[in-house]
Amino acid sequence: MNIYVCIKQVPDTETKIKLKPDFTWIDTGGIKWVMSPFDEYAVEEALRVKEKNAGSTVIVVSAGPTRVIECIRTALAMGADSGIHIEIPETADNNMTAKALANALKKEPANIGLVFTGKEAIDDGSAQVSQLLAGFLGFPYVSVVLNVEYGAQSVKCKREIEGGAYEIVETALPAIIATQKGINEPRYATLPNIMKAKKKEIKTYKTSDLGISEGDQKIKFKNFELPPPKQAGKKVSGDPAAQAKELARLLHEEAKVI
Amino acid sequence: MGKILVIAEQRDGKLKKSTFELLGLATQSGNETSAVLLGDGVSGLTKELEQYGATSIYLIQDASLKFYSAESYTLGVLEAIKQASPDIVLASHSPTGRDFMPKIAACLGVGLASDCTQAQISGVNLKVRRPVYAGKATVEVEFLGQGPRLATIRPNAIGAPKPISAQTAKVIPISIQFTGLKTKVIEIVKGNSARPDVAEAPAVVSGGRSLKSAENFKIIEELADVLGAAVGASRAAVDAGYRAHRDQVGQTGKVVSPVLYIACGISGAIQHLAGMRTSKCIVAINTDPEAPIFQVADYGVIGDLFAVVPLLKEELKKIKEH
Ligand SMILES: Cc1cc2nc3c(=O)[nH]c(=O)nc-3n(C[C@H](O)[C@H](O)[C@H](O)COP(=O)(O)OP(=O)(O)OC[C@H]3O[C@@H](n4cnc5c(N)ncnc54)[C@H](O)[C@@H]3O)c2cc1C
Repeated sequence: MNIYVCIKQVPDTETKIKLKPDFTWIDTGGIKWVMSPFDEYAVEEALRVKEKNAGSTVIVVSAGPTRVIECIRTALAMGADSGIHIEIPETADNNMTAKALANALKKEPANIGLVFTGKEAIDDGSAQVSQLLAGFLGFPYVSVVLNVEYGAQSVKCKREIEGGAYEIVETALPAIIATQKGINEPRYATLPNIMKAKKKEIKTYKTSDLGISEGDQKIKFKNFELPPPKQAGKKVSGDPAAQAKELARLLHEEAKVI
Repeated sequence: MGKILVIAEQRDGKLKKSTFELLGLATQSGNETSAVLLGDGVSGLTKELEQYGATSIYLIQDASLKFYSAESYTLGVLEAIKQASPDIVLASHSPTGRDFMPKIAACLGVGLASDCTQAQISGVNLKVRRPVYAGKATVEVEFLGQGPRLATIRPNAIGAPKPISAQTAKVIPISIQFTGLKTKVIEIVKGNSARPDVAEAPAVVSGGRSLKSAENFKIIEELADVLGAAVGASRAAVDAGYRAHRDQVGQTGKVVSPVLYIACGISGAIQHLAGMRTSKCIVAINTDPEAPIFQVADYGVIGDLFAVVPLLKEELKKIKEH
């Protein structure tokens, strides 16, 4: 069985976001790039399935500028077997990205068993790619997955919904599973594995190899803005009793939120 | 006049407040507003959709719709879109809406703007803004190409309207054969808490590492209960096992915009601020006057949360009881 993991490289969570002077995108200068945290769970889950199923292979796929090869290497160092890099512009939307991923997977051998993704990428936070990919591949999907019970023809997923509730969803294979924090603890790459990863194969596609054109871009982000700086807030002083009383009054009478 | 289709969301036979927010947005634009409602035995809810301004309601009822499932909702919503031929389709960015709307976009070959926090409709033009980098910036979304404009709107981000009552809606039943599905929801396991979800609640009271134990979160819960608020937590509190990950607020937790956010003993790390800085009114209670949380707080209390929080609860209770 071949297991695919679609991952995205994103700015480290510590990043202070700056904008380009024309507000058409963020200023990517000086950014430290990392694998989107939810994708780490996806890679880990794929590796665990492989370890339980002799003869399986884990292939990592990432679409983006050349820098994302670094992110593929990180997954290879965790233990994935090979990588596919799809060169698409930084500004590609979810639709173009998902179509490129789908078309790359369609070129692969037919024995796709599972496709893992993170539940969302923490840059645009759209949480669209796994479902779009499912749509383009004709696979079922389960999003925000906290646990998977693997069977031969199907899997049972615990899917997080609102208010601390969850659903148990059974799906036929092949399927797309989008991982949520809590599903596993991602492993760290060891030094020998980092060395080994350097020799693993990474295949590259251009958008033209995959039949992707400008028309596959369905939305565009524009007019980037930083949140307006907040006015200095009011400090509530006094002993705890006075503070509590004054704060309650301010929330009620001034902010009118109670 | 254009047409807007709102995807109504119900759970356990109750419509979500976010559905009314969407209906408000749609009706205020002067367009013809229809809604699609899916479920099993939910026809009683059409009245409420009517009161909030839907003039036609596509009603899809089936035993298999007892539980939400992406596959059956996609089939139903696609059929409603086919019949209504809307210019704009709106859903809530809830665990439900965010799950099936991208699939709808894939099937229609159109773009979807997800998790929008600002939305305006003039004519049939949908103008939305949404956060990126977990709220460290926002962007406007431009739709390219043809076809209906799809958007999911974050709960609580746009105000809820008052019901407009005096009008009647046409109810249009749609029957669909739900066969050949590849996924099945076997069961729903309820959370053990009656409290609202952090991502949907109009108020959130959050605690950090400084709470020191899961038991100590009781004072946070008691304050939350007075306000009808959800309980949130910093990642440090979640990693320490004081709260479940579903309560985590921040870049790798939930991004929230409640009317009131009270941060108790939370330092205000960049990843936490990303998840809550768009809240309308922010209160910080922290012993350290230099804590970065004070930079985004509308009201700052420099003090010990263990002293202030229980007293605040009592003061707010008094106001509530008046
Ligand atoms: C990849 C990544 C993703 C992350 N994602 C998130 C995320 O989604 N959400 C998130 O929250 N964090 C996230 N973090 C972690 C973040 O960097 C901080 O470590 C975390 O938010 C700190 O939590 P805290 O404020 O509870 O703890 P601390 O930073 O330890 O702060 C505790 C605060 O409590 C105050 N205090 C102590 N005692 C009292 C008292 N008795 N009364 C009042 N105040 C008191 C202290 O002054 C201090 O300000 C992430 C980190 C990484 C690396």
